[in-house]
Amino acid sequence: MEFFNIIVLALLVNNIVLAQFLGICPFMGVSSKVSTSVGMGAAVVFVMTLANLATYLIYNYVLLPFDIGFMQTITFIFVIAFLVQVVEIILKKVAPELYQALGIFLPLITTNCAVLGVALLAIQKNYNLIESIVYSSSSALGFTLALILLAGIREQMDLNDTPKAMKGVPITLITAGLLSLAFMGFSGLVK
Amino acid sequence: MSNLKYFTNGLIKDNPTFVLLLGLCPALAVTTAAMNGIGMGMATTFVLLCSNIIISLLKNFIPDKVRIAAFIVVIATFVTIVDMTMKAFVPDLYKTLGIFIPLIVVNCIILGRAEAFAQKNSLVPSILDALGMGLGFTLAITLISSVRELLGNGSIFDIKLVSENAKTILIFVLPPGAFITYGYLVALFNKLKNNK
Repeated sequence: MEFFNIIVLALLVNNIVLAQFLGICPFMGVSSKVSTSVGMGAAVVFVMTLANLATYLIYNYVLLPFDIGFMQTITFIFVIAFLVQVVEIILKKVAPELYQALGIFLPLITTNCAVLGVALLAIQKNYNLIESIVYSSSSALGFTLALILLAGIREQMDLNDTPKAMKGVPITLITAGLLSLAFMGFSGLVK
Repeated sequence: MSNLKYFTNGLIKDNPTFVLLLGLCPALAVTTAAMNGIGMGMATTFVLLCSNIIISLLKNFIPDKVRIAAFIVVIATFVTIVDMTMKAFVPDLYKTLGIFIPLIVVNCIILGRAEAFAQKNSLVPSILDALGMGLGFTLAITLISSVRELLGNGSIFDIKLVSENAKTILIFVLPPGAFITYGYLVALFNKLKNNK
């Protein structure tokens, strides 16, 4: 039940994009087509889970024993940047097809505040290793879900006659607002 | 005099929040009350100013290949300073802004200015650019948060403008309100720009 709670909370109730405002930049940037948002989502799930595993281990076995918890921001951002590079190199060698599909999205993830944000939140919430992995992967899935939903709406919206000043970002933000309103309906789903 | 334009650029013409659309996360997340907007804006401005100063001074020493990593170290250092200072002196504000203080590290405005401006310009223009951009960001998020606080809570800077049990449009202090307010403000900015 514990894990179920974490999953539902991270995926729907506290959706990282629509309720916590993490990763808004890619949310606005790559949500114009469903196909690209699936790619981006997959890359985020992959990197976020790995990054959380790495930051969890580093925080608990390096930073805490040496009593340098205040270094967490600097360390985490480096770990994430490093990890993205490593993943990119390994994927290129081991799974060229997957690299082809995810390739262009990987570098973008370093600056995705959702990855750093979820790593910091998992530490703040005092999750253990398993909980932290469950939490980060369901957060990333929540990101993917929101991204695909928005992309689907935007594909249809392109055909509409939007007022000139509202075109592009403004209408996308308002759409995201309505999506977020819909997601508020999930609150109270778990205690 | 010519230096002055670096300062004014960030305020309106290249306003990071409404025109360049950088740093969206804090602009949406912390803008529930006008005071938060100012606090977040000042924290970001401080980091931006310090990182622009350091980077413009070090621009000849940083090898081109590792410049992004070097910029991130500089930025993360100042973010840690801000984080610890705010925790010690303004604990209440620190609690409300929460995770978005350490996340200043990945605020695209700061890395963007380092990459696009500070590493190519000398000290004085970099300082002015940082101040202009920082102030532009602060004004923009204070505007967003004032609108949200006014509509959602019926108050501004914690001064109640409506009676205690008056009904306010609560949705504006909740997450959907952030998206909707920001969306309409960007549209308004576009409209004004098109009319010029």
